[in-house]
Amino acid sequence: MDKETPSPTKSSFITRFWKALGPPTLPTDDRGRMRMVVDNIVLHLHPTKIPESTLRWSYTWGLGGLATLLVLILGLTGTFLELNYTPRPEQAYLDILALKTNVWFGDFLRNLHHWSANLLIVVVVLHLWRVFFTAAYRDQRANNWIIGIFMLLLVLGENFTGYLLPWDQLAYWAITVGTGILSYLPIIGAPISQTLLGGPEVSAATLLNFYSLHISFIPIAILALMSLHFWRIRKDGGLTISKREDPAYNTNIKRVTTIPYLVRRELIWALIWMGILLFWAALVPAPLEGIANPEISPNPAKAPWYFLGIQELLLHLHPLIGGIIVPILVVVFLLLLPFYDADSDNVGIYFRSLRGRYLSLIAVGTSLIITTIWLVADEFFLNWNTWLPTWPSLVSEGIIPLALILLGLLILDELVKKWFKANLEERILFFFVFLFSSLVVLTVVGIFFRGPSMSLIWPWQATIH
Amino acid sequence: MKEEEKEQTQITRLDFLKTLWFGLGGLVTIELGGLTVAYLQPHVTEGEFGSIITAGNVDDFPPGSVTHIPNGRFYLSRLQDGGFLALYQRCTHLGCNVPWDQNLGKFVCPCHNSQFTQDGDVLNPPAPRPLDLFPITIENGVIKVNTSKPISRDKINSTDVVYA
Ligand code: HEM
Ligand code: HEM
Ligand code: FES
Repeated sequence: MDKETPSPTKSSFITRFWKALGPPTLPTDDRGRMRMVVDNIVLHLHPTKIPESTLRWSYTWGLGGLATLLVLILGLTGTFLELNYTPRPEQAYLDILALKTNVWFGDFLRNLHHWSANLLIVVVVLHLWRVFFTAAYRDQRANNWIIGIFMLLLVLGENFTGYLLPWDQLAYWAITVGTGILSYLPIIGAPISQTLLGGPEVSAATLLNFYSLHISFIPIAILALMSLHFWRIRKDGGLTISKREDPAYNTNIKRVTTIPYLVRRELIWALIWMGILLFWAALVPAPLEGIANPEISPNPAKAPWYFLGIQELLLHLHPLIGGIIVPILVVVFLLLLPFYDADSDNVGIYFRSLRGRYLSLIAVGTSLIITTIWLVADEFFLNWNTWLPTWPSLVSEGIIPLALILLGLLILDELVKKWFKANLEERILFFFVFLFSSLVVLTVVGIFFRGPSMSLIWPWQATIH
Repeated sequence: MKEEEKEQTQITRLDFLKTLWFGLGGLVTIELGGLTVAYLQPHVTEGEFGSIITAGNVDDFPPGSVTHIPNGRFYLSRLQDGGFLALYQRCTHLGCNVPWDQNLGKFVCPCHNSQFTQDGDVLNPPAPRPLDLFPITIENGVIKVNTSKPISRDKINSTDVVYA
């Protein structure tokens, strides 16, 4: 190469210009490929080589990667939506209508943003499950678990603030009901709600606040935590490796170069999902109702679907308990998990063991039955308020039922210990599955089985808007 | 001065400076924190809702009637005995607007089916307390309602009612 004197006639100016700007030629040897990973700003998030077993699709299900893709799509579509959106009550709804009718591909862009946002919640929760079920959160990985939980909360916050922006009836009342929960928080609840809403009710100030949160505060926080998340994965020595697959743990693992094995998979996965999302956004319009009317609450007024599990709880428990205490308990439970579930023998094995799989199935079944029975019983038979008329509703509708529920869970735990001879790890597994199955039941009931005035109905009785 | 003493004074001086820096750092943090909180406070603009609203004359409201006053966001409820209540239209459960149902003779919240009597008392949970009140003053038969601050109450009370 060196000996060849480059003659100007050999490659034209345009070819040389293109070469300088264009993509680098791909190396074909391992050393070159590893160099390229180190030298490239995007690729260097990866290690140069990775254990082959972590590539298995049915290990990660590509969920972390898909979440990353969705965040990037949301950032890009969101930035473009900003160009056609004004955060003022008299203009916001008109802007959304204009997006639908006047702006080239405006409707498509909004649909893409809307569906990616909703899919992101599902994907992040599934990712959390995969991390839990493979016990990939032990020892130093507890760091990333905690970072992850904050990212989950931020993603929920981003969805919630975005929900208000179209300023239609759905948005206005979902945010009214959603922020109404805050007023039950003693002492600090009212000032927080005042500050967040910029006044006593959802208003122009609220829209501006939520807009700022939505397009700068929260996205910046998500981006920062994502960088931390990726950096931690590398510091933790890459993804977890199952001991079962690699008996000589960490000493004799088969490693392959990131290019092409990992990067190729990531690109294909991203392409598949971009294909799905483009079709989805082209075919299914994001919902939009009439312009927000602060005078008339629609019937029923539901929170966004991902909060309907909590809203369902609110129908059964005092808002301080159902809307604040229980969610905080759940988040604390999740944050503490890696420190109790610390036996590191079965990392990387789904459901810990074969026994774990059966136990998880049993947990799903028990949860479906118990949660459903409790919901129906509470709706029709349990009437704490009339049984204890002189007691404050915080006690009769809140503390007593909560205490009974916790007592029930303790008894269940004893039974699991007794019948299945379950150790601590298996009991944690059981309760994780039980808890999330209940959340799914509550959410499904909230979405499909609640009709006008929040009465229980069959889904096919629902009036279609 | 002896060598030891000197050392001691030097250490305390160092400690003093350290404490000073930490103190200053803490002070700056508190100041900036306070500024942020103050900056985020909602700016109250004197407008319709939040000021004193003139609802009308006493005679405009027959006993047993409930009248919506939209710009004050409340219902003027005149009880059978002629007393007045100004009930904030916001549901005490989670904040939906509670419409008055003339046929049923009660307030029914569309959101989670809380129900209230004409004097705002809870007929049906989940609402944990009666509808909030605004203070009423009646001068020369003209009803004025101060909507700047809703009064929340745990139980209804006969002293809530204002007579002409
Ligand atoms: C994790 C990231 C994000 C999530 C989960 C998210 C979620 C949402 C949701 C649910 C909506 C309501 C969509 C609708 O039903 O119409 C929305 C709207 C909006 N978002 Fe985002 N968003 C994200 C990131 C961003 C970013 C980074 C920006 C801008 C820099 C942005 C700008 C907007 C704008 C301008 C709207 C109003 C237009 C509309 O409603 O379609 N979003 N977002
Ligand atoms: C926006 C949200 C998130 C993004 C973009 C994200 C991204 C990723 C990616 C790309 C990976 C590596 C590939 C994979 O495991 O699929 C990963 C791994 C991991 N994530 Fe997340 N994640 C998010 C949320 C979460 C949440 C909610 C948790 C848990 C509470 C979590 C905990 C972890 C842990 C512990 C690992 C390491 C797994 C192992 O070593 O096997 N992440 N994440
Ligand atoms: S907001 Fe009125 S019942 Fe829930």
